[in-house]
Amino acid sequence: MEWLYTNMPIAGVEIFWPGLIVLGLGVGVISGFFGMGGGWMVTPGLNILGFPMAFAIGTGIAQMSGPSLVSTLRHGRFGNVDYRLGVIMVLGTVCGFEAGAQTIMWLERIGRVDLYVRYAYLALLALIAWLVFTDIAKKRRKEQEALAAGRKLDALSTGIEWHKRLHRIQLPPVVHFKKAGIRCSAWLPIGVSFLTGWLAGVVGIGGGLIRMPALIYLVGCPTHVAVGTDLFEVAISGLYGAGTYSYKGRTELLAALIMAAGAAVGAQIGSIATKYVRGYGIRLLFGLAVLGCALSIIFKLIAAANPGVRTLFDTAATILILGLVVVLAGHILVQFIRGVREELAAKKSRLVETRS
Amino acid sequence: MRLTSKCLAAWGCGVVSTVLAAEADPQRIVIVADSRQASGWKAWLTNLYNESYLYFALATVLIIPIAGLAIGKLMDVLLVALGVDLKSRRLAEH
Repeated sequence: MEWLYTNMPIAGVEIFWPGLIVLGLGVGVISGFFGMGGGWMVTPGLNILGFPMAFAIGTGIAQMSGPSLVSTLRHGRFGNVDYRLGVIMVLGTVCGFEAGAQTIMWLERIGRVDLYVRYAYLALLALIAWLVFTDIAKKRRKEQEALAAGRKLDALSTGIEWHKRLHRIQLPPVVHFKKAGIRCSAWLPIGVSFLTGWLAGVVGIGGGLIRMPALIYLVGCPTHVAVGTDLFEVAISGLYGAGTYSYKGRTELLAALIMAAGAAVGAQIGSIATKYVRGYGIRLLFGLAVLGCALSIIFKLIAAANPGVRTLFDTAATILILGLVVVLAGHILVQFIRGVREELAAKKSRLVETRS
Repeated sequence: MRLTSKCLAAWGCGVVSTVLAAEADPQRIVIVADSRQASGWKAWLTNLYNESYLYFALATVLIIPIAGLAIGKLMDVLLVALGVDLKSRRLAEH
């Protein structure tokens, strides 16, 4: 079984390479589907496979650039990427991220970094989960009310409508984002991206986990456009991350390449699967992913506070994250296969009708 | 030299070397990859890493996106051959 292990010359470890492909595949599927980089899944996964933490982070970020580019192009063909919105938001995100990093430096100087960051991350995830599930509940209520009144609810209707209030702030310049179908002040996406960039910089994540719901609930993008546009930003930040971590010597290029191979396949599957899942289906699965992530953070906090059960809860957190990757990726793959089957069957029956 | 003097001298050396080590900038710690067992393109990659982090970073930024796009394109060809529509989806909804 020696051939299943390969030497990683830079990190100096022997790695089970099929694990890299499977991890890459799972993360690729999830990131192509939800529109995020997946750093919160990749880092513990690579650490489990045997990488030291610095290399786990650097390699994870480096491999992100390949599949996110693939997903962006795929979503672009579906009309899911608003490039104008994406470019405006990149500027805000970069500035916000730097402000977040400065905040971390300040917290470090006053000796409060670990505690505040962990609790801030947990509070953020709880807020996002609350937003998503409240939105789904409100939408369901509207559908039931419409049904009771004997009418059909508009397909573009949503539960939470904070974006409508924000769109009323018409501070010049006012821009029309064609693909997203929204017309608002340019300061809205700039402000939102600065805020999400600052939060990402403070809690130390790529930002897709925060930016995707922000695009939906604050900017007002339809779910599929939020996914595609977020992936565009992830592709840019992934390239920057690949460069900076490699320059610092903390990237195992061989591992990143192996993972990227699996992730590129997974990214196609995840991106195409969005064709077959309604927007609110994507939101529900996203909410469950966020809840799972929050639970793993709670386990980590318990492990840090109680040395007696540290190993148990650290292991539980890792198993939870990797289990979440397997379950979510599996579910998305099933949706993909089902959708492709239905599409091909519909195509076949149309062909038969045309011939007859 | 008496034992006490020897002990004091050893302690003094320890203190000096500890101070010097503490002054060393941790960011200047360089990781050197072991290229002794690498061969072919693995050896090339490892040597590139050891020679220059800048060139290694440039190689990373070029190789990973290109590899990802190439595999993505292969998937495109496979899916089109299966008959999946890769150009459109249903009307946008929330």
